[in-house]
Amino acid sequence: MTGSRLSRGGRIDRSKSVRFSFDGKAYGGHQGDTLASALLANGITLFGRSFKYHRPRGVFAAGSDEPNALVTVMSGDVREPNMRATELEIYDGLVALSQNRFPSLEHDFMAANQLAGPLFSAGFYYKTFMGPAIGPFKNTAFWMFCEKFIRRAAGLGKAGTAPDPDRYERMNAFCDVLVVGSGPAGLIAAEAAATTGARVIIAEERPIAGGSLLASGELIDGRNPAVWAREKAAGLADLPNVRFLTRTSVWGYYDGNVLTAVERVSDFKPNRTKGQPRQRHWIIRAGKTILATGAFERPIVFPGNDCPGVMLADAVRRYATEYGVAAGNNVTLFTNNDSAYDAARALSLAGVNIAAIVDVRADVSGACRDIASVAGAELLLGHAVTGTHAGKALSSITVQHFNAGTGRVSGAPREIRTDCLGVSGGWSPAIHLASQAGGKPEWDEDLQAFLPPEPNQNWVTTGSAAGYMDTISVLSDAATKGSAKSRLVLPQVEAPMLDASPAPVFEIEPSVKSQKAFVDFQHDVTADDIRLAYREGFHSVEHLKRYTTLGMATDQGKTSNVPGLAIMADVRGISIPEAGTTRFRPPFTPVSLGVLAGERYGDLRPHRLTPMHDWHLANGAKTYEAGLWHRPMIYGSHGETVEQAYIREARAVRQSVGIVDVSTLGKIDIQGPDAAELLDRVYTNMFSTLPVGKARYGLMLREDGIAFDDGTTWRLGETQFLMTTTTANAGTVMQHLEYYLDCIWPDLRVHLTSVTDVWAGSAVSGPNARAVLEACVTGTKVDNMTLPFMGIVHGKIEGIPIMICRLSFSGELAYEVYCGAGFGTRVWEALLAAGKPFDIMPYGLEALGTLRIEKGHVTGAEIDGRTTAHDLHLDWMLSKKKPYIGSAMINREGLKDENRLTLVGLISMDNQSITGGSHIVTDPVPREPADSFGHVTAACYSPALGKYIALALVKHGTSMIGNRAFATDLLRDKHCAVEIVSHHMFDPEGSRMHG
Amino acid sequence: MIIKCPYCGPRDVIEFIYQGDATRKRPEPASTDQAAWNAYVYDRTNTGGSHREFWLHGGGCRQHLVVTRDMSSHAISSVALARDVAASINDGGRA
Ligand SMILES: [Zn+2]
Repeated sequence: MTGSRLSRGGRIDRSKSVRFSFDGKAYGGHQGDTLASALLANGITLFGRSFKYHRPRGVFAAGSDEPNALVTVMSGDVREPNMRATELEIYDGLVALSQNRFPSLEHDFMAANQLAGPLFSAGFYYKTFMGPAIGPFKNTAFWMFCEKFIRRAAGLGKAGTAPDPDRYERMNAFCDVLVVGSGPAGLIAAEAAATTGARVIIAEERPIAGGSLLASGELIDGRNPAVWAREKAAGLADLPNVRFLTRTSVWGYYDGNVLTAVERVSDFKPNRTKGQPRQRHWIIRAGKTILATGAFERPIVFPGNDCPGVMLADAVRRYATEYGVAAGNNVTLFTNNDSAYDAARALSLAGVNIAAIVDVRADVSGACRDIASVAGAELLLGHAVTGTHAGKALSSITVQHFNAGTGRVSGAPREIRTDCLGVSGGWSPAIHLASQAGGKPEWDEDLQAFLPPEPNQNWVTTGSAAGYMDTISVLSDAATKGSAKSRLVLPQVEAPMLDASPAPVFEIEPSVKSQKAFVDFQHDVTADDIRLAYREGFHSVEHLKRYTTLGMATDQGKTSNVPGLAIMADVRGISIPEAGTTRFRPPFTPVSLGVLAGERYGDLRPHRLTPMHDWHLANGAKTYEAGLWHRPMIYGSHGETVEQAYIREARAVRQSVGIVDVSTLGKIDIQGPDAAELLDRVYTNMFSTLPVGKARYGLMLREDGIAFDDGTTWRLGETQFLMTTTTANAGTVMQHLEYYLDCIWPDLRVHLTSVTDVWAGSAVSGPNARAVLEACVTGTKVDNMTLPFMGIVHGKIEGIPIMICRLSFSGELAYEVYCGAGFGTRVWEALLAAGKPFDIMPYGLEALGTLRIEKGHVTGAEIDGRTTAHDLHLDWMLSKKKPYIGSAMINREGLKDENRLTLVGLISMDNQSITGGSHIVTDPVPREPADSFGHVTAACYSPALGKYIALALVKHGTSMIGNRAFATDLLRDKHCAVEIVSHHMFDPEGSRMHG
Repeated sequence: MIIKCPYCGPRDVIEFIYQGDATRKRPEPASTDQAAWNAYVYDRTNTGGSHREFWLHGGGCRQHLVVTRDMSSHAISSVALARDVAASINDGGRA
């Protein structure tokens, strides 16, 4: 094939030349060219190497169905692979590279893969990557070497590693009618819809409207159809209720008439306007969708059909009429239907020489014969192409007699010199979006193609996507589908009388095969691969697809689907509709990850900060993230280690007094006449008996009896409670309560409000905690009588209203002081000032953890979704007087098994730290496999005990108390001898917090 | 998928949290019928066709909804407030 620019024709702007490079070589084209049309005009035939066999491949199609001509576009260091040259608009400075060749496109070492035929046949992934199961190469180093080679050889373009500097946008759009496609059907349907006043969005994947009209030789209202389309589109775009998106590919159809599209905003521009995104992603919610997506021409499968120069007939036509490019000097056409004659007519009008038309049919209409004779083409009826001769370009084809009834090839081969063969095997409606939306496509005998399924959402198909193949019926169908109320006067169409129904011929299979016949070019699947898959037992289309990878490449089998099914149906001896088809999946065309992400990259999590956060940072806090919250870990100073810091902080709490920010605890305001009843149902223990002004520690279970969350709940009034939850479960507990109120107990008169962010909380703990409060709280006494353990009082600090509850997580005399979030820092600072005489120490989560481990209090590390109240020694909280969530399931055998993991304490015997997550084993030999009978949930150094300690869940833990074991951490290679003790490791009587 | 919240109108599915099968019936709180509890907690039928499920409008009004949805086509045939549905079931003789 030696393509060239025609002296006239096409919608390119010949006054504007564009310079670009392909594989490092400079070329020229015109504004309006695609990379494919410009390279063809420059006489380029070879566009890439094929996936498995590294065969030379040329351009095959002219649009989004292109399987071969995939290139990598470079912009600086950023590489975008697998771009279709047929859609890529050229611009000054475009740098494109061919793919899948080594070391160069012209000389590819891997082409030797062709000689290794059987290695790459159907199922080659499954067979080869598994390695031979038997034989001399099983598990050999030689095999591993081969695998590396295969992995390198097989593959399309390489992904880049440089960061993408481009900007992408996301948009949401709503409309009454979305029209996908703006060919004759889309334009008329959109016009019909728009004239009723509906809000219309039209999405066109190409740079301009017109679709098939752009390459048509027909006349509309006596005019060039491309001009008619341009004016119609401009008129529509001017309407206030119409949004016309060009270069916009609708790629997905989802439930609820939600469609996704990518708009190429500035890909095609050498210099982007400042702030302009490269691409824009659209999520379009449409009342009704009109799919005017057109049809894809499909090839006929024959030996040698993949060499550069063999193209779709319509593509040859489009390059001539749209881009003014003759794909060859001496074109031949091979067809089973009339549409190739329409192409021949357009080609000869454009000035392209046609040597011959090879038609599998024994006879054709007078209109076809007339076209052939006007074009000066030899008409070979009852013939088929049975071979090609080509190196890097086609030089000739072999034709033989062919009986379309029997599928037999006969007679002597005749060679016809040609440098471009346009093939037409009929047309397949582009039903991809309809298929995504669901439903089984329906086979049409007449068109020999699948038509769209019955709509299961509010969509219609129109035009050739609905199976209307001539312009007159396309237009009248589109007007009706656009709006039933449409009163559009349709234009007059002058067109030759041609019939798009093909003869049912999908493959030419001569008895003697000397060349491979390809079905899926992009994945190098041959007709024989399909027959092999059948012989190996892969009969259903779904199995066939996965075993051969037919239709699984980036083009999703736009050209290969029906021929592949036809060959499978043939070997199975059934009809194509009986063989069925697979469902198309999004995306219709590849979508870049950048446009899906839009501006959402980097750290997307919200950051939750407590009201005192700035104070913490200003006072040396090292913070870490606990869920979304940033919390002080330690307040480090004087170059001490984390361990030194938390030991200092925890010791201060036990010796005098400390203060910790507890604002992150989940807080739910529960109000209503049935508030107490709700709490009785969700907590394992009783809350209705709780007096006003008192708090109680509560435990919640899941419905299956597993522990869920714990916390204290305060009775602020007869019908008002303040529930606190663990920081981590604040949202989940809220959702849990809402679920039961909405779905199970709507009769309970209770209202829930999340007030986590409303209150700032400071916990003051230690023997001097009361003295600190006495020094700063006004309006209430805080002595043991007024504020006993679990009591609540209201008062003021520096005139700010506060609420104090006396409760203890540390095991010391302790108070939680709450105030409005906006006053958090002032109250915190006032407490610090009042504590100054006692050397009050702010402490972080590490010290908080240390204090609770010493006391054996549980947190999320122990309430881990697997433990029961019994496992955690919380049985005493299980009321026997009432049912509660989980009560019915808690006594199941498995939950009472004495082999369950139960909570214990561990004390390090050798003064080594115990690592969290260590396994508990009896075997003292490190690195030897041993049965684990438990694990460490939390560990620290205990300043109160002067030892490294831990909490652990250990099999029948209670009876293990007093035994020795090893806490072994194989990842860090740490093995620590421990004694198993009660989880109450410090002050088991609780005398300190009651003091 | 779009769910038509009775309070908030048609909203995208990302605003909602799936909350499970809405056809199961919780035994009476005091029930000791272990089989009934097991069925409630663990058994889920995998029905093609119409199915009822709970969705929480977490990014909106925070109401639980009962959504009747076709498991094959995903088409939503009705959306009601879970409170109304539960109340009507309770009135309808659920002890
Ligand atoms: Zn809502």
